[in-house]
Amino acid sequence: MALNFTLNGKAASVDVDPDTPLLWVIREELGMTGTKFGCGMAMCGACTVHQDGVPIRSCVTAVSDVEGTAITTIEGASGKVAEAVQAAWVNLDVPQCGYCQSGQVLAAVALLEDNKKPSDDDIDAAMSGNLCRCNTYHRIRGAIHEAAKMLEA
Amino acid sequence: MLAQRLARQLTSHLPTPSRRRFLLGAVATGAGFTVGFHPVLAAGTKGDETAQPSPFEGYVRIGADGRVTVISAHMDMGQGCYNGIATLVCEELDADWSTVDVVGGFGNPTLYGNVMWGGAVQGTGGSSAMTSSFERYRKAGAAARAMLVAAAAESWGVPAGEITVENGVISHAAGQKAGFGELAEAAAAQPVPGEILLKDPAAWTLIGNADLPRYDSLPKSTGRQDFTIDVHPEGTLTAVMIHPPKFGATVKSFDAAEVKGIKGVVDVVQVPRGIAVVAERMHIALKARDLVTVDWDETAAETRSSADLLAEYRSLAAGPGAANARNDGDVEAGFAGAASVLEATYEFPYLAHAALEPLNAVARMNEDGTLEVWGGHQMPDLYQAVAAEIAGVTPDKVQLHVMKTGGGFGRRACPDSDVIAEVVSIAKALDWRAPVKVQWTRENDMRAGRYRPMYVHRLKAGLDGEGRVVAWENHIVGQSILSGTPFEGMVTNGVDLTSVEGASNLPYAIPNLKVDLTTTDVGVPVLWWRAVGSTHTAYAVEAFMDELAEAAGQDPVAYRLAMLADHPRHAGVLELAAEKAGWNEPAPDGVFRGVAVAESFSTVVAQIAEIRMGGDGAIKVERVVCAVDCGIGINPDQIAAQMEGGIGFGLGAILKSEITLTGGEVDQGNFDGYEVSRIEDMPKVEVHIVPSSEAPTGVGEPGVPPIGPAVANAVAQATGKRIRALPFSKADLTSA
Repeated sequence: MALNFTLNGKAASVDVDPDTPLLWVIREELGMTGTKFGCGMAMCGACTVHQDGVPIRSCVTAVSDVEGTAITTIEGASGKVAEAVQAAWVNLDVPQCGYCQSGQVLAAVALLEDNKKPSDDDIDAAMSGNLCRCNTYHRIRGAIHEAAKMLEA
Repeated sequence: MLAQRLARQLTSHLPTPSRRRFLLGAVATGAGFTVGFHPVLAAGTKGDETAQPSPFEGYVRIGADGRVTVISAHMDMGQGCYNGIATLVCEELDADWSTVDVVGGFGNPTLYGNVMWGGAVQGTGGSSAMTSSFERYRKAGAAARAMLVAAAAESWGVPAGEITVENGVISHAAGQKAGFGELAEAAAAQPVPGEILLKDPAAWTLIGNADLPRYDSLPKSTGRQDFTIDVHPEGTLTAVMIHPPKFGATVKSFDAAEVKGIKGVVDVVQVPRGIAVVAERMHIALKARDLVTVDWDETAAETRSSADLLAEYRSLAAGPGAANARNDGDVEAGFAGAASVLEATYEFPYLAHAALEPLNAVARMNEDGTLEVWGGHQMPDLYQAVAAEIAGVTPDKVQLHVMKTGGGFGRRACPDSDVIAEVVSIAKALDWRAPVKVQWTRENDMRAGRYRPMYVHRLKAGLDGEGRVVAWENHIVGQSILSGTPFEGMVTNGVDLTSVEGASNLPYAIPNLKVDLTTTDVGVPVLWWRAVGSTHTAYAVEAFMDELAEAAGQDPVAYRLAMLADHPRHAGVLELAAEKAGWNEPAPDGVFRGVAVAESFSTVVAQIAEIRMGGDGAIKVERVVCAVDCGIGINPDQIAAQMEGGIGFGLGAILKSEITLTGGEVDQGNFDGYEVSRIEDMPKVEVHIVPSSEAPTGVGEPGVPPIGPAVANAVAQATGKRIRALPFSKADLTSA
C-alpha cells in the first residue's frame, strides 16, 4: 500500500512496510543520502529532519507517522534562516568530518525559527540531542550566534 | 623509530609472495590515472629511486576546466589533512584555492608511503600526515608550477623567467594570459625539473594563513559530502552482521529459516567474522536479522568481566613489573634518601571510538576481474593485500576508493582489516553476484570490538626536603595494542611502546626514574584510540605531578617549569598557556583552575582548565586555554579546530565514557549506555599557537591528552578530591 507525504516540497509515494523508519525510506527508497544513520535510537541526531518545520529523528519515526505531512531534509533546507545557518557554518568552518552536520544544521535552523536570539544555554538545550564526535560544539555555538546576527541585520 | 619499525613490520606481513612482486603488481595497473601510478616506480626498479616523480602522475591533476585535484597519501577522517596537503600544493603551485579538491591515492608506496613510517608503506596515523607531506607535497606543487610555466614559455615563445603565476593564472608582461586548464596537457608533457626550488617561507600566502577557509566546509554544511554509507553502485545489496556475543566465540550453527520468503531478503551467509544477513535494503536486512538465531561455540571465548580484570590489574600493579621501559639512576636509592614518599593508583576503562559513521565498506567484483572496495582505507596497502587474498586475485586487481569517513579516531586503521575483510568475504560468499555494502549498526560498532585498552597505573614518587622529585616509579598494567597483530615484532623486550608512550618519555628532570610495564593477556580486541598511549599516561603522570606539587606546597606551573629546563617546548607551551589564562591572577569567584602539559607525536600541548562545581557535584568546565607547539602552523584555524575537538573528545571520555564487560559481553550498545560529550559539556576554548619555524608536526591527536588531568587538577583545587578512577561519573563529588 502506498504511503504519501511531501519531501522537500515534492510529493513522495513509497510502498514499504508502514513501520519502516523514515530514515531508510528517505535514504534507500527515495535516494537522498544527506540524512545520516548514527545510532538508530534517537540518541545522536544524525538523522534529524523537519516534519512540518519541527525537528524529528527519522531513525525512530515510522514512515506511516509522516503520512500527509511535509518532510524537509538537508537537501531541501531553504529560506532565510537555513541560508544564514549554512553561511555561518561555512564562515566559521564548523565541520570536521561533517557526518553529523546535516542534523546539526537542521536542528540549528529549527532553533532560530523559534528563537531569534538564543543564548548559549538556549543553544545547548536545543542542540543537546545532536552528537558530534569531532566535538565541533564550540564552533556550532559560535555559528548559531553568527547566523542570529545575520538574520537580525 | 617506532613508526619505521611499524612500517617494516607491516611490509613484511603483506600476504604476497614477495614485496617485489607486490610493487610490480601495482605498476601493472598504472593505466588509471586516479590510481596515481607513476613511472618513478618503473624507474625505481632500474635503481633510480631518488628521481622526482612527475607531479601530474600521482599527486596533482589539473582538469581542462583548470580545477586542481590533489591526490592525498593520507586519509581524512575529519582531522583536516586533505585541507593541509592541498594547502602545501596550492602554496607552491600558486593555484586558485577556490578550485581545489582532494581525493585519496593508494596502491603505490613509492609515491604515498608514510615518510614518518620509513616511507615503505602508506597509512595515516600517529598524527603524521603533515610531517610526512611537508616536503613531498610542496615539491609536487612547485614541480607542477615549473612545468606549467615551461609549457607557457614554449607556447608563447618567451623566457620562462619572465612568466608569473598568481591565483591560478599564468601570465607574461607582454599580455599573454592562460588558466591552468589551457596548459595542463602541455605541462604534463614537460620534463620534470631536476632541481625544485621551494618558496621562501616569507613569501607564503596560504601556509600559515589563519583566514584560509577549509576547502570542504560547503559540501559538509549542505549534506553533499559523500561517505561510505552513501556509496551505492547499481544493484548494491546491504549486509548487516551478527557478530559473536563474546570475543573469540565462533559460529557453531545458525538458523535462518524464518527469513526465507521475506520480500527483499537475499541471503544469510556465514563468513569468518560471523553471520551476514543480506537484503536489498538496510531496513529489510535489519528486520530479518532479528529472526536469525545463531548457536555459538564459546570454547575459546573471553568470558571475564571488566570488574574481574580490574581486580587482577590492581593486584598486578602492586607487584613488580614484568618488563622495564626506562630506568634512570637508582630508583630504590632515590626512595631511600627521600624526605617523603607519595603513592597513587590510577584506573582507566576500556573506551570505544564510537565514530558517528558506524563502520562500513562496499565491494564490487567487476566483469574484468577487478575488485573495487570503497571504505575508510586508513591502511590501504594492507587492505588491498587482504582484499586480494580473500578474493583470490592479485593485489593489482584491487582498486580502492578512499572515502572520507564520518570520524575515525584510530578505528579505521585496523590490523586485521576487519570490515574490509568482512565485506569482501560476504561478496565472495554471494558468488560476487552483486555489489555488497556491509553496514554496521551502532551496536555492532560498540560491541564488535577494538577499544582503548583498560589500564592501571601505580605511581610512586620521593620528594626531598625542598619538595623536589628525587625518585619516580610508574608501573603500567594493561593489554598490548601491537601483540597478536602483524606489528607484534615491534614489541621489544616485553615493552609495547604504545602502552608506555607519555610515561617512558616523561620530560621532567628526575634523577632516579623507572617505568615498568606488565602486559596482560586478555581476549578483548584493543586498538589505538585518538592519542593512543598518552590517553592514559598523560592523565596518570600529570595528575600525579599535581599531587606532588601540592605536597611540596608549590605552584603547579612553577613546579613543572623547574623540571623542564631541558625541554624548552614543554616549558614554552606551559608559560604561554599560563600567561593567556592569567594563571598568576586570582580566578573569578567559584572558578578553579588546573593545568597539564603533554607531548604526543612530537607536538606539545598545555591546557589550563577553568571549572565550576555544581551543588550536585556536577563539574562544569567553563573555559580551556590551550597552547600548542606543532612547529610551523600550516592551517592555524584547523590547528585550533583540532585542539577544540581534541579537548571536547577527551573531556567527554574522562567525564562519562567507559566500556564494561559482564561475563565477557560488552554491556554498552549505544549512546544511551556509552555516554560521550554533548554540546552542554563543551567549554569555551582559546587556542594559542607557539610561533615556530621548525618542521610541522601533527595536531589530530595531541589536543586530547592534557584535558583530563587539567580538569582533574582543577577538581582537586575545588573539592580536595583526587579522581584516580575514570570516568569521573563514578566519583562521588557531592559532599564537596
